[in-house]
Amino acid sequence: MAAVAHDGHHDHDHHEESFVSKYIFSQDHKMIGKQFLLTATFMGLVAMMLSIFFRIQLAWPGESSDFLNLFLGDRWAPDGVLNQDMYLGLVTIHGTIMVFFLLTGGLSGTFSNLLIPLQIGARDMASGFLNMLSFWMFFLSSIIMFISLFVESGPAMSGWTIYPPLSALPQAVSGSGMGMNLWLTSMAIFIASSLIGSLNYIVTVINLRTKGMSMTRMPLTIWAFLVTAILGVLSFPVLLSAVLLLIMDRTMGTSFYLSEIIVGGEMLDNVGGSPILYQHLFWFLGHPEVYIVLLPALGLSSEIISTNSRKPIFGYRAMIGSILAIGFLSFIVWGHHMFVTGMSPFLGSVFVFTTLLIAIPSAVKVFNYLTTLWKGSIVYTPAMLFAVGLVSTFITGGVTGIILADSALDIAVHDTYFVVAHFHIVMGMSAVFGMFAGVYHWFPKMFGKLMNNRLGYVHFWITIVGAYGVFFPMHFVGLAGAPRRYYDYSVYEGFNVDSYNMMMDLNVIISVFAIIAAFGQIAFLYNFFYSIFRGQRAPQNPWNSNTLEWTTPVEHIHGNWPGELPTVHRWPYDYSKPGMDKDFIPQTTPLMEGEEEH
Amino acid sequence: MGSKLIILLVIVLGVIAIAQLVRVNELTAKHTNRKDSDVPHRDNILNANLMLVFMIAFYASFIWLMLKYGFTGLGPAASTHGVETDWLLNLNFVIIIAVFFLTNTLLFVFAWKYVKRPGVKAYFYPHNNKLEMVWTVIPAAVLAVIIILGLRSWNEITSEASPEAENVEIYSYQFGWTARYSGMDNVLGDFDYKLTTADNQYGIVTRANIENALHMMRVGGPGEEGIQLIEQRLNDETRVIARQDRKSLEKNLGRKQRMVRLLEQIEATYNDSLDAYANNDIIVPDSLFLLKGQNYNFSFRSKDVIHSAYFPHFRAQMNTVPGMTTYFKFQPIYTTNEMRDKMNNSNFEYILLCNKICGGSHYKMKMAVKVLGPEDYLNWQKTKMTYDGSPWLDFSDAERATKEAELLEKYQAIAASVEG
Repeated sequence: MAAVAHDGHHDHDHHEESFVSKYIFSQDHKMIGKQFLLTATFMGLVAMMLSIFFRIQLAWPGESSDFLNLFLGDRWAPDGVLNQDMYLGLVTIHGTIMVFFLLTGGLSGTFSNLLIPLQIGARDMASGFLNMLSFWMFFLSSIIMFISLFVESGPAMSGWTIYPPLSALPQAVSGSGMGMNLWLTSMAIFIASSLIGSLNYIVTVINLRTKGMSMTRMPLTIWAFLVTAILGVLSFPVLLSAVLLLIMDRTMGTSFYLSEIIVGGEMLDNVGGSPILYQHLFWFLGHPEVYIVLLPALGLSSEIISTNSRKPIFGYRAMIGSILAIGFLSFIVWGHHMFVTGMSPFLGSVFVFTTLLIAIPSAVKVFNYLTTLWKGSIVYTPAMLFAVGLVSTFITGGVTGIILADSALDIAVHDTYFVVAHFHIVMGMSAVFGMFAGVYHWFPKMFGKLMNNRLGYVHFWITIVGAYGVFFPMHFVGLAGAPRRYYDYSVYEGFNVDSYNMMMDLNVIISVFAIIAAFGQIAFLYNFFYSIFRGQRAPQNPWNSNTLEWTTPVEHIHGNWPGELPTVHRWPYDYSKPGMDKDFIPQTTPLMEGEEEH
Repeated sequence: MGSKLIILLVIVLGVIAIAQLVRVNELTAKHTNRKDSDVPHRDNILNANLMLVFMIAFYASFIWLMLKYGFTGLGPAASTHGVETDWLLNLNFVIIIAVFFLTNTLLFVFAWKYVKRPGVKAYFYPHNNKLEMVWTVIPAAVLAVIIILGLRSWNEITSEASPEAENVEIYSYQFGWTARYSGMDNVLGDFDYKLTTADNQYGIVTRANIENALHMMRVGGPGEEGIQLIEQRLNDETRVIARQDRKSLEKNLGRKQRMVRLLEQIEATYNDSLDAYANNDIIVPDSLFLLKGQNYNFSFRSKDVIHSAYFPHFRAQMNTVPGMTTYFKFQPIYTTNEMRDKMNNSNFEYILLCNKICGGSHYKMKMAVKVLGPEDYLNWQKTKMTYDGSPWLDFSDAERATKEAELLEKYQAIAASVEG
């Protein structure tokens, strides 16, 4: 507990740091947060590029594109036409990076690290060393995942869920060779990183809250990070075991997932395993994972919406209850990914019931957001725009979940583009919007500079129009019966040319919007890097916010607060409280005489 | 090509616009000495108005998509349970689209209406238990209805097939499908993957197939060395075998000896009724022919990796899993020709697609499904041969006419059961 030892005499403790200990092997949570952000931004851009590659193929199948040839070369895009195996590789790595590296490592890693100590009033994470280790393992796993794109036999090609036997048998698809080895190695390291990080977050939130920071005075961000970390600790080990069993099946001749297989003319010896076992293990992580991605985004937006509406978040305790309920339920719904695997119909019914229950706390959250906006005094910072956008995508993507959770209906749309539309909107767009909102809002805290608002506006409006333009029409493609992960839909041409024409029309529209949305991100990147170096200097509390992070000095110091740690006297949502002259009251302000705590 | 040019144009214009914006902004910021953390009134109002504009554009494009591309490009459901599914799907769509419009409208209208205005303070409103109770209970009640209706359908769909249902096996492999009909006894012959050889692609259990497989292991066949030959080569003292070759020979030998033991187990449990079940099966690669109105109990298996049998027009889907048999039942209610009329598309065919990523040619893994009326189905049956080479409808010349007339009558009754 070095942090505690520093208490009180911190300002005398100013020792010189070398470049390496400050910027590379830093143990300061603020620096580690930034390291996560930069690594994840890079990975996110890679994954976005991959999606542009396969969107080009989907909109203009078989047409030659110099652009594809330029990036993928003659090996994977001979004559500028994407190779069908590589198509699957692109889809797989796109999904893997987006879900795990951008929205798990990037989102939790950045904001849990940056905000947990700052918002609960701690000098640093419980273990600075483990925190550093967590980042470097994340970095290593990112590198391994990235280089798997350049392997001669291609990256993993069995979808981001890597269902065996496809992922276990190099004879079945070329990406299940070296590419899959790298995928599994990378994920094993990633999971270790995530576990170390999550344990650190939990311990820090439970033990290192400053005086007065009771659990019910914590900002909703911290509640979201805490529940997210608990979900991660309970579910990621199951994925690790699934990955280890798969590694054994691939290398040691075991039969956990393999049974009665003849592939490439070869009869395999494996008997008695079940590929469905893998799916159970995978989705036992996979569904909580959705909320590992989503909850931090919802936490960030709660804070941002309240601050920028100049109103307390409506139903603070109901919001905490919803986060806890969603967290709990997320562990008993995984089977809804497996309704058509031939599972017991009774078991299916149970999963229908539990899954649809999640709609209740989700609805509560939405209505609470809406009521927070109602009669507010809304200030449109770019962060606020993205937070409002998040509420919209959470609704739009959430409602289609009701159809997919209903097993009888899922049969008709399972694994079609309807599903792709659903989870990209509810999880992808919402989480990415939450992440952007977080970056715009806490950029002054990270870099001591302000980002340019107007560029932020351009970025937001291009992104929301572009992203909805991509994912909304996918509902219709899916309802027309288009399976996901298809390289080309010409299969419909000979059977039902109307369906085919519709799919092609919409695929062109979708790809055009994807390209527009991708270009919109230039506005963000430019703004981000330009502002780090040449942005305006940030004031201490740029958004007139109540939470503790805005009581720290703009220039980062190790240990966060010079002198004593702040003492907390109230909840973080006293905005526009009647009888007060200012429209915000920082948590460090003692209650006035006769004042009730909200 | 036209759309490519448009994209290029959009991209170029976009980049130019962003660059210009940055320059303008930099210049104005310099002149006005404005802090980026203070949002000017003008910007607030602009974004608030854009919220409303976005909402209207969003709804307009949703309605346009609905009008142009309808709810489903698949046409009416072509199976009994599919009609139920579509009814329930539409009911759910009504509910969720209503929720979608209601909540999104509240969101964007609030976002527009409650933008910061000079002199107006936000309303301090931290909670209201009654309101929160309302929006917990109402969604819960609506969900209860959805759950009850959904589970009722689910139980029907997944309940056991009726005994009259015809058993058909769908066999999947990289990258195609094969159908196997159970023949006149309505019992599918047994299978075992270890019996799979070039002559017995589907691993069907018959005495001859067991013998063949054993022979392949012991003696060998085209392109395959048997145990005898391998042992001979290993024990041949007149020739030197490289260590690597010896290793692979020994491995091959071990595997084959193990296979022989396993095949002998199959042989030991074999009984003659299995031959009878298998011999009158009918194997039909590439197409699946169905009789209108017939109840089908499909069993699915896979040779290599997981596939998924997706019949979009019948609202049916089931994964095929190596090492595990899965089932799905449905009853087609329109012939292909009837569906062509309904869809107003003379080339329409039902289709069976693979809907689980299974390798490079996943997207080409398909099979045509043809639903026939009584006469057509009977005529098709007449052309088909069973596994042991006799006709599917194996009637003596004397009784053929009456038996066929009986069958036709039966088929007509089956088809009529789903009319109206």
